Amino acid sequence: MIEFETREGENGVTVIEPHGRLNMVAAPRLRELITEIVNGGTTRIVVELSSTEFIDSSGLGALIAGLKAARQAGGDLRIAAPTAQVETVLALTNLNRVLTAYPSAGLAFNDD
Amino acid sequence: MKPPLTPGLLALRIIVVLAALLGLNYIIWRWTSSVNWEHWWIAVPLVIAETYSVIDSLLFGFTVWRLHRRSDPPPPPPGLSVDVFITTYDEPLDLVVATVEAAKRIRYPHTTWILDDGSRPEFAQAAEDLGVRHLTRSAAWSNKPRHAKAGNLSNALMATDGEFLLILDADQVPDPDILDRTLGYFADEQMAIVQTPQYFVNVPPGDPYGSQAPLFYGPIQQGKDGWNAAYFCGSNAVLRREALMRLGVSGYAAAVESKVKRTVSAAGKVVRKARRQARTSEPHVLAALEAIDQAVKAAETDLRDGRALGEITFTFQNRVDAAARSVVAADFEAIRADLAELDLEDALSPDEAEEAVLDDHVLDQLAHRDWSPLAAINSIQQLTRAINVDRDDEAQPLLPIATNSVTEDMATCMRVHAAGWRTAYHHEVLAHGLAPLDMASMLTQRLRWAQGTIQVMLSENPLLKKGLTVPQRLMYWATMWSYFSGFAAIAYFTAPALYLAFAVMPVDAYSWDFFVRLIPFLVVNQVLFLVVARGTPTWRGQQYSLALFPVWIRACVTAFRNVVFGTPLGFAVTPKTAGDGVRHTPWHLIRWQLVVMIGLGIAAILGAFQLHRGAISVLGVSVNLIWVLFDIAILSVVVRAVRFRPESISSAELQPKEAT
Repeated sequence: MIEFETREGENGVTVIEPHGRLNMVAAPRLRELITEIVNGGTTRIVVELSSTEFIDSSGLGALIAGLKAARQAGGDLRIAAPTAQVETVLALTNLNRVLTAYPSAGLAFNDD
Repeated sequence: MKPPLTPGLLALRIIVVLAALLGLNYIIWRWTSSVNWEHWWIAVPLVIAETYSVIDSLLFGFTVWRLHRRSDPPPPPPGLSVDVFITTYDEPLDLVVATVEAAKRIRYPHTTWILDDGSRPEFAQAAEDLGVRHLTRSAAWSNKPRHAKAGNLSNALMATDGEFLLILDADQVPDPDILDRTLGYFADEQMAIVQTPQYFVNVPPGDPYGSQAPLFYGPIQQGKDGWNAAYFCGSNAVLRREALMRLGVSGYAAAVESKVKRTVSAAGKVVRKARRQARTSEPHVLAALEAIDQAVKAAETDLRDGRALGEITFTFQNRVDAAARSVVAADFEAIRADLAELDLEDALSPDEAEEAVLDDHVLDQLAHRDWSPLAAINSIQQLTRAINVDRDDEAQPLLPIATNSVTEDMATCMRVHAAGWRTAYHHEVLAHGLAPLDMASMLTQRLRWAQGTIQVMLSENPLLKKGLTVPQRLMYWATMWSYFSGFAAIAYFTAPALYLAFAVMPVDAYSWDFFVRLIPFLVVNQVLFLVVARGTPTWRGQQYSLALFPVWIRACVTAFRNVVFGTPLGFAVTPKTAGDGVRHTPWHLIRWQLVVMIGLGIAAILGAFQLHRGAISVLGVSVNLIWVLFDIAILSVVVRAVRFRPESISSAELQPKEAT
């Protein structure tokens, strides 16, 4: 099972930390969670992946859907601290060309 | 997967080698020693058509080289999550209900979904009554390209979560053990798709429309399977969600990259044109243009080097903004006028940049018109701000099912193969469907298949596509190649008629040399068909590949115009019910075949007359006479089909039968 832990970061950033396997069963829940956060007025989101043991393409799909929701609300979604497995899948799909992984959640929105 | 080398397969390979040698021997002799160059205008088309056919035969031989008749499938692993998708657009309710009821009886635990692209309230009600799920397009699809069945499936993939999907057309009634017989293949973690045959229960005796495809759902699929190139055919197949979603994610990344590239390239064109035409002597304006030019070049280099797109666009946007700030935007009136003329004021106003949809047309317009330097800077600035990763020209950022072809199944399957997955063909009828029951629907269906295949060939050519193995490339190419038969057919109809009517010889002589090379090739080819099909009649299919020549040619032309110029195909959904209103024989559907048959008939009469009077070459006339009669026999299939009345068989036979 997967658990999503959310916390407030600096500068109005919300950090989501999925613990467990971010797969096709968990993906719809992550999508909903991000939509709720964006609708609640927070548009800068970091998904911190250090305790995400496994991600599949449906999980990546949820990140992309979240990215779209955040961008359309004028914010952004960034990812941080991916594990080796996550990095592999990002590279395999070329998604690393679009979603840059930051070393930690704190650094994700440092540039602006 | 490589099939074991059984005595049967060995014998088959001997015939394949023999057919290939005979074919090559014949065609090399034809090109080097027997083309009648005096009448090159028919001699060359004929020898090209023959070359086409020999290559077709070689590709067929290569296909069946690894003919793989799989043995019983492994048992299904317990506990997999499976969604059964029944796709419908405009089929009648009772037809869909019959399929849904059968789907509910599938033994392996699953969730049944009606993917109702017609959003019909009575279908929602029926789904509730039957205890299955009813799904329509999400709100995101309004005002976006709908992509027909591909869009319907991509929409469903976002709303469901089964690890495996069984896809069924609305009329394909599944057997209860369809999942038990197919899920076992997925024990192989690289297995992405398992296809089973499409079999039609309403085909009348003699199969006038050639609906059953025993050669395709048999040796051809089994041969492709041997090369790990078994096709996904849109229905009666089980798919692994991960394989499709991965296509969706990579497709998204590729689409974003391509959008960024096109935007940067459009910005480059605008700035270069503005620099060339700059009449101003104000140094800071010229400097700003140069700075943007530099920024474009830097972005292009970064794109080539594979830097992350987010960083590239971020840097590019900053540099353009800095350049824009350096000029005093005094000339706002000129900018407004430029934009108003293009009717882009709304699309490119700064506050709405996020929603601007920069399609190719707009980018093209921007790049090709004349700009004042200030307006150019301004428009580039808007352009770069509108670069976004939303993929907002589509309903969903993820479109797992290919949208570049009306045969989305083939296009998707090729991408699955290119991504390194495996597919399997399971040769056991596990669903019973309905074939079109009138000539117009049948022709529409064949046209659609041909158009879709040519679309894939032109937009994503398998010979060039990265990731496919050489045999996989040839397997896809073989299917595409087969749709050029319409052009060859014209040469095969014209050449003998010209000889009989005007004594025009496309070959040097219809002599011993000729027949000793041709006849063995033809005979061995037919033996090959007979052996691979294990006696199942394949003649109907061979007839249609020539007799539907107007359909194939039309498909090639329309698909070419569609891919190259963006002209619509005139796509129609294949009707699943008989055209009840048709009472008169729709001769107009086969007018081209009739014209050719009349021409051939006249030629045959002239030939018979020559024989009677004592022809110069009895052999030449006789051979061409036989050839013409053979052509007429081939074409006659459409006359039989067009006169066929579905009412003449009992209505019980038209209903899909329950699985027994």
